Amino acid sequence: MYDYNDFDRDFVARRVAQFRAQVARRIDGSLTEEEFRPLRLMNGLYLQLHAYMLRVAIPYGTLNSAQMRQLAMIAERWDRGYGHFTTRQNIQFNWPRLVDVPDILDALAEVGLHAIQTSGNTIRNVTADPFAGAAADEIADPRPVAELIRQWSTDHPEFQFLPRKFKIAVTGSPADRAVTAAHDIGLRIIERDGARHYQVLIGGGLGRAPMIGKVLHEALPEADLLPYLEAVVGTWNLLGRRDNKYKARIKITVHEQGIDRIRTLVQEEFERIRPDFPGFDRQILAQIEHHFAPPRFARKSVVAYEAARAADPVFRAWADTNLTEHRDPDHAIVTVSLKKHGAIPGDATAAQMRLLADLAKAHGHDELRITQSQNVVLPHVHKADLPAIHAVLRGAGLATANIGLASDIIACPGLDYCALATARSIPVAQGIARAIEALKIEHEVGALEIKISGCINACGHHHVGHIGILGLERGGVETYQVTLGGDAGPDAALGDRTGPGFAYDQIVPAIERLILAYLDLRAHAEERFVDAYRRLGADPFKAALYGAAEKADAA
Amino acid sequence: MSVIVTDTGFAEDDWAGPVADLTSDADPAGLAALLEAPLVRVAFPGFADGRGFTLAARLRRLGYRGRLRAAGHVIADQYAMARRAGFDEVEIDAALSARQPEDQWLARADWRAGDYRARLRGA
Repeated sequence: MYDYNDFDRDFVARRVAQFRAQVARRIDGSLTEEEFRPLRLMNGLYLQLHAYMLRVAIPYGTLNSAQMRQLAMIAERWDRGYGHFTTRQNIQFNWPRLVDVPDILDALAEVGLHAIQTSGNTIRNVTADPFAGAAADEIADPRPVAELIRQWSTDHPEFQFLPRKFKIAVTGSPADRAVTAAHDIGLRIIERDGARHYQVLIGGGLGRAPMIGKVLHEALPEADLLPYLEAVVGTWNLLGRRDNKYKARIKITVHEQGIDRIRTLVQEEFERIRPDFPGFDRQILAQIEHHFAPPRFARKSVVAYEAARAADPVFRAWADTNLTEHRDPDHAIVTVSLKKHGAIPGDATAAQMRLLADLAKAHGHDELRITQSQNVVLPHVHKADLPAIHAVLRGAGLATANIGLASDIIACPGLDYCALATARSIPVAQGIARAIEALKIEHEVGALEIKISGCINACGHHHVGHIGILGLERGGVETYQVTLGGDAGPDAALGDRTGPGFAYDQIVPAIERLILAYLDLRAHAEERFVDAYRRLGADPFKAALYGAAEKADAA
Repeated sequence: MSVIVTDTGFAEDDWAGPVADLTSDADPAGLAALLEAPLVRVAFPGFADGRGFTLAARLRRLGYRGRLRAAGHVIADQYAMARRAGFDEVEIDAALSARQPEDQWLARADWRAGDYRARLRGA
């Protein structure tokens, strides 16, 4: 894992001191509210419905146990004893007081964490595959380059007042667990002619004009990355629309200007910037790579694991659902579900955080990850240790066997917290999870991604859910639109809207009808919901949602 | 009466020569025509309009060696960004210089420290 060097420590300390002074200068009137706003946002501080919210970056989703314990301490000392993990590998504290925020930032800096550029019209915290360095299907670990981009983008002098926010994600696996096609820039590490390159996508994004990223460069040589990124962001900084914030994202710039013109402009500027980076960045990358050397994997018998599988059906169900293949065959990647049926997706209490930190320290090479699906990962666990880990998780209510299943729902905070929300999302997620649990069909249904957003900004990624739910407000009441057939993986796709929305008390039964209809419609037990949808088209699913009679009327 | 801010603090405008004014929405294709101008002044119509930082960086990359000034609504918190992007100085009006006095700008006169991008370039 990356450890801060003196430069990083000095930078973060300066930054906290600057923010402390900015808070004081807001209070004494040196800064107007309008001027203070982007300064607090670029330090992660939002003003929400009920209180301030502090969004802390989990850099490329990676944490050690000391960092997780510090998050627990912050949750207890300055918040209400819990935190909320987001779809962009952040943790949000929902109840800090403004005067405490500089102290919280100091506490984060003590363990190499920060809230820098987690908000505002800046390059946001870089996200990456949560299974980085562990997955069997990986070409290269994306974390070193994600850290390089963190350093380059942090306080970049040209890019602190961009037309709008700018998000970058990196994957080193063809499985793309980082949703790269839904980012302003998506980087996919590829091999070409025996050397590492990046496929560069731009202009992806969800929100009110959802778009899948387009390929800007098929195979960018590794050494050209930073000047190329600088050319992309600089080109958009000048071209991006500043007259309408809803048209400011680079996806709209690409849509209006055309990908070919953008490619030409970027290439021209890239050639001018390239000499600015004579190779020191490559030396720094090599140093960063040292930090991410794989741990030394233990060699011991896996008999205990096999015995537990054979003897304990609860353990077996959890192992079948929550483990992913590790690069070392005696190890496994453990995904710990924060989606116990009826719980708030992504919320973790301080006690849960400490328990996960203890498990990582004892059995997981001191590493934890946060996923885009709002769960926590122990990336390097020897199979012999899995029964003990499962027992501890079970005792803490963290052993729900539902990863990738219907109740592993992504939901934004929605109207319960968010100032932008138009509808509740958390209670809908809780309702669906409880309904699925009551029917006892979750494992029969199999892989199914349900994603819920409480407004058009799509923080819950509903467009790329197999089932997407968008909560809106119509005439003072909540209404929920359903999309089907979205995909967040390497062949990313946007879902199709089914038709009229459902009232708050009708959306959970509607989703239940949809899932039951799928069980009747699928060709065989291995055909996933989204595959059945692609094969059959929307009609039979719409019939389940709206009823045959209504369909006849419409025809 | 406008104030010129540099690393040494506030001063009166000492410039008497010609000024090439550049708006924040200027077409970057026109930057090459400014390379011989003795002073280029880039407008910041609002502090949230960050185009001027990229225009300055591009002018420097094209080889501009003259005096480069950011003018308008630039706040003290942006002084380090302006200097790192290639500006020599910032021009602000009397009201802003009263609200954000000299010490708030001098606090960022150490703009060379803690510059990640410069470190990655080996500068």
